[in-house]
Amino acid sequence: MRILISAILLTILVLGLAFALAEIPFGANQINSSLKPGRYYLENGVDETGAANVVTSVVVTYRGFDTLGEVTILFIAAIGLGAVLYTRRKQLPEVKPRSASLILQTGCRFLFPLILVFGAYIFIHGHLSPGGGFQGGVIVASAFLLVYLGCAERKIPRRGLSATESLAGLVFVTVGLLGLVYGGEFLQNFLPQGTVNTLFSAGVIPIIYIAIGFKVGAELTGVVADLLEKRQ
Amino acid sequence: MEDALKQIAEAILVILMLGGAVCACIFKDLLNAVIAAAFVSLIATILFYFLQAPDVAMAEASIGAALTTAIFVIAIRKTKRFEE
Repeated sequence: MRILISAILLTILVLGLAFALAEIPFGANQINSSLKPGRYYLENGVDETGAANVVTSVVVTYRGFDTLGEVTILFIAAIGLGAVLYTRRKQLPEVKPRSASLILQTGCRFLFPLILVFGAYIFIHGHLSPGGGFQGGVIVASAFLLVYLGCAERKIPRRGLSATESLAGLVFVTVGLLGLVYGGEFLQNFLPQGTVNTLFSAGVIPIIYIAIGFKVGAELTGVVADLLEKRQ
Repeated sequence: MEDALKQIAEAILVILMLGGAVCACIFKDLLNAVIAAAFVSLIATILFYFLQAPDVAMAEASIGAALTTAIFVIAIRKTKRFEE
């Protein structure tokens, strides 16, 4: 009986999804289709925001408030994980970290700065090339994951992580509020736009993306540190 | 001709992705299941790139294929490896 009911519900779900998604031309060239907001962003995004990457102009400018929400969600999730895994320091028996193999240690020392620079490049160039704060931040966090795997005796200072995270969040909100003061809207651009396709262009977008990159990187490094340091 | 080749490649990738997803569901060894899930993310990355969404592809590659897998592996190491 339960199998029958679940089969019927599944069929209804599949049919509903199929009918709902049947009209959307997945993978087709949608520039000239009837999806008007997308066309507006493609035609006017570069002129209005000065960012060569249209996705960035949407994520940070037109839908910047949503991005603030996303960053907040990540922040709350990291806090929740820290709360679930919280144990008092004194209860923990001192576990001596097992040292990694020579290959992993050497590879970690060699790759860590390169991955860090690559992540920074991704979020600094977010307004010019594909990528942005989130992607760059995750790459930075994976560099720190490599440190935890390869050089376990090195501790990443948690206080510094929290400070970086808070500072980056403050920069994001402050820039948004300055836009409210000078431009009349939250996250409105108030700096000169500059020439499209140069590093110092697009007004506040690079500042916000660098803040997001630091924030996401610090948060996810904190998540990895929480998981790896607290052994039961 | 080129379009047809691209469509065939996409179809193969989608079938591989479905296979990976089914494997991730049925494997009893959770480590294998996590690797299968990472494989699904990897194929999704390639498909996003084919669909001209490099930003999403980068997010999927860094979050889905790298960091999530690492976090799952750490979680498995701290709990149990095999599903009952």
